[in-house]
Amino acid sequence: MEPAAFIAALLALGGAVAAVSLRNLIHCALCLVLTFFSVAGLFLGLGAEFVSFAQVMVYVGAIAILIVFASLMTRDPGADPARVPEPRAIQPWPLGLGIAGAVTGVLLACVGSSRLLPDVTAPAVAPSVRELGQELMTRYVVALEVVGLLLTAAMIGAVVLAVREPRPLDREVGR
Amino acid sequence: MTPLQRYLVVSTLLFGVGLAGALTRRNAILVLVGIELMLTAANLNFIAFWRYGPNPESAAGIVFTLFAIAVAAAETAVGLALIIKIYRHRRTTHLDQMDTLKG
Repeated sequence: MEPAAFIAALLALGGAVAAVSLRNLIHCALCLVLTFFSVAGLFLGLGAEFVSFAQVMVYVGAIAILIVFASLMTRDPGADPARVPEPRAIQPWPLGLGIAGAVTGVLLACVGSSRLLPDVTAPAVAPSVRELGQELMTRYVVALEVVGLLLTAAMIGAVVLAVREPRPLDREVGR
Repeated sequence: MTPLQRYLVVSTLLFGVGLAGALTRRNAILVLVGIELMLTAANLNFIAFWRYGPNPESAAGIVFTLFAIAVAAAETAVGLALIIKIYRHRRTTHLDQMDTLKG
């Protein structure tokens, strides 16, 4: 791993830790942008330019902005003391941290001890964007159409869910 | 440690951070952020295995990642729309307060 990729990995991990631990939702979304940019840099270092650009456009340009908008539209007044349930015998957050730590530890042990990983260091010849487009239009065309259908359905579903239905009073005034 | 293993370690740590966030945070939007981090870690795994795998000249790894990104975008859009809808209804995004099935 060259130094640039190392820095990108450090930034990605630091941004991820900040994104899930900060109190302010807007700060979390901005740290998420840092993580997504760094992962796009890692993709560039691995020779996947097109995925890197897609990562920047979809994650940074769409998902992070969507999260900022959603956090602005849902100003949480904080936990309502009357509605928060009684403190439990087992606190949830050490349990969650423990589970996440255990999963990470098992995965790290597997990565460290596996003998099945391919050991290829020869310079790769990555497919160009032109070849990628031809592959998408020939071999993967059915999958491409299905993804297009999925995105359309998700967009319509999101609009239908989030649209504000008019209150009865507004309807009568409109009439 | 081979280069592939270094990238796998990075993506494992990213996945662990995302999992910890999704399990411990009580705000629905931050749970979604944790899920996004886990999906990003999976994408990093795809690209690392494609680059250091036996067939780096094939487009399958890249195409798989592109489709995963598209599905993640759809998932986030619907998830955030659901959170906004629940917020309008219950005036909260706190997960401990979303404890009834009846609206």
